Amino acid sequence: MDQQVTAQAALRPGVEIDGFRLEEIIHKGGMAVIWRVTRPDITLPAVMKVPMIGEGDEASSIVGFEMEQMIMPQLMGRHTPRVFGMGDITTLPYIVMERIIGKTLEQAAGKPPVAPAEVARLGGLVAKGLAVLHRQHVIHFDLKPANIIFRDTTGEAVFVDFGLSRHALLPDLFSEEIRIPMGTAPYIAPEQVLRNRTDLRSDIFSLGAIMYEMATGVQPFGAPDSTAGLKRRIWADPRPPRAINNDIPEWLQEIILRCLEPDPTRRYPTARQLAFDLIHPEKVALTARAKKMTNAGWFKVWRRVKFKPAPKALTRHAPPEGVNTAPIVMAAVDLSHGREPLAEAVLDTVRRILETAPESRLACVNVMKTSLLQVDDTVDAEGRNIHLQHLAELKHWAGPLGRSGARVTFHVIEGVDAAAQLIGFARDNHVDHLVMGARGHSAARRYLGSTSTQVVAEAPCTVTVVRLRESAGEDAGG
Amino acid sequence: MRTALLSDIHGNREALAACLAHIDRNRVDRIIFTGDIVGYGADPRWCLDTVMAQCARGAIALLGNHDEAVFRQDPDMNAEALAAIVWTRTQLSASHVAYLQALPLLFEEGEALFVHASAASPHAWPYITRPRDADINLRFTTKRITICGHVHRPQYYHAADRRPVEAFTPLAGAPVPLLRGRRWVVVLGSVGQPRDHNPAAAYSVFDAAQGRITLHRVPYDVETAAQKIRAAGLPPRLADRLYTGA
Repeated sequence: MDQQVTAQAALRPGVEIDGFRLEEIIHKGGMAVIWRVTRPDITLPAVMKVPMIGEGDEASSIVGFEMEQMIMPQLMGRHTPRVFGMGDITTLPYIVMERIIGKTLEQAAGKPPVAPAEVARLGGLVAKGLAVLHRQHVIHFDLKPANIIFRDTTGEAVFVDFGLSRHALLPDLFSEEIRIPMGTAPYIAPEQVLRNRTDLRSDIFSLGAIMYEMATGVQPFGAPDSTAGLKRRIWADPRPPRAINNDIPEWLQEIILRCLEPDPTRRYPTARQLAFDLIHPEKVALTARAKKMTNAGWFKVWRRVKFKPAPKALTRHAPPEGVNTAPIVMAAVDLSHGREPLAEAVLDTVRRILETAPESRLACVNVMKTSLLQVDDTVDAEGRNIHLQHLAELKHWAGPLGRSGARVTFHVIEGVDAAAQLIGFARDNHVDHLVMGARGHSAARRYLGSTSTQVVAEAPCTVTVVRLRESAGEDAGG
Repeated sequence: MRTALLSDIHGNREALAACLAHIDRNRVDRIIFTGDIVGYGADPRWCLDTVMAQCARGAIALLGNHDEAVFRQDPDMNAEALAAIVWTRTQLSASHVAYLQALPLLFEEGEALFVHASAASPHAWPYITRPRDADINLRFTTKRITICGHVHRPQYYHAADRRPVEAFTPLAGAPVPLLRGRRWVVVLGSVGQPRDHNPAAAYSVFDAAQGRITLHRVPYDVETAAQKIRAAGLPPRLADRLYTGA
């Protein structure tokens, strides 16, 4: 450790470390110093994070830095900073990473209360990034407004500070005996308070707390500084956002309170499903949560603390990442006349896929073709609104699946190019599995390419193409 | 330097061949065999010949307790293991036995020590199955990383300076950085007789420069390997356990 203290003291502008030139200190916190650094071959702006580790320091700060050194180089994609180099933890620990140019969520949101649409937009960006992080087996465990930066260039959410994070395939260095609050008090999930570090839904809870604060200006559970205070959130429900700010719509309260469910199994199962609701507020299935105007009083909470055991899911370790039991399944349905048998076959395939994934959600999508050449009527000859008619047909189609509430949504989208519409929907909504029908083999389709061919080639997910077995004589020889 | 680590082959030709084929596709600079080339399985001769051929091309082989049992008077092992050793002796030539007798117990290089059982009294073949065992091992070496086999269940132990040892069960395909601020005891899985309820052969690749180790699991023709064990008249349980990796 003495060696480290000496090495850190030698850091000053102009000094070169492993090829990185220190330019200036841009941030000095209690845990780390952040230097702006340059290296001729790195074109992106870069920073060096040097932890403040000295004699007699808490083991937790060293372990936190080890975790960052272990996890950050494994991360890919635009939602995490790129890593350019690392220093030996025994001599001069540091991480050189991409400097994210943009506003933190704190700065981007501005002074609360933030408009509901903006809460949903920012929350949606964070949820999308979170989905990418979770897919890489990493749970952040310290989501808070200061740890989320929106890139100036693309607006995408970038996560920083992985000192409390967990990689499901790597050792968790935070052992039982390191007694520290494993997160930031206002945002920490109840299972984290109970030291369960296996559930990716802990991040969903934190994002719920962040959105709550944006929408109301109040932190849902305050900022307790004792373990007993932190544990209150296992039993106490926060004041419904609408009781604080009546401008908050029911759908947003529904989303926020679902994120903040003490029992992780009652929250959104994945960040992707949360992102889906934030992108489609009008599709949010409202439950009693949406209407709630009061929370349990102190006596009721006291009784729960006294007599009600904590939900099992808080201490039971979550299933390992990898088996996705909560995929977003998209059914692309063509309901035009004569396609009923194919739609029926698609339904059958969708049913079998859903049976294997208990927490899945289904998005039923119908593309309403519009023509470039003529101005489309949205009302047909009989005066019906075509869009609503399609929606009704879509719901009727899905009826036999017996899905309701938050587990199914219906979307009629309009466009000239059906394939492009379907691919776009799958991409924007992080769809895991797209199911669609394909018509038979006609010569024209063989040469011009069919919708399903294009979707299979370009959709960013698994695609199942359902085809009807052709009966004898039909299209013979084709 | 990327080193493939093969431990506890135990005369399983099918498993060894599958691992070597996997290694061929995996850009590896050399192989270290950390003991127990023979015992239990029905192809001790082929396995030993293969290891000897690899060593002629730069591989390193270490002695395991089953290898030693071939030339030791009264090996201390259970009835099934002993039955297999008695049979194995009939399969090997004098030159094979001489080769086994000449195998070293330890190999040290850079930050790492390689051994079949443990750095703590390697010749007494203790098992590292708990953090406490790993802790004892670490007291017997100054090397930062100990790599061993013997247990047939992959498990990594690590300890930061003056902190207790902790255990971690590695998952196949995920490289684990052997963090520099810690000491590590890497217990490899078994090529020829896995016991972690995964019947696939286990081997690992250690990248010394990156300080990383990756566990690989390779499916192989268990049916043939088991069939040969039965045909050789070896205890049937030695065949049965290959199906489940129990």
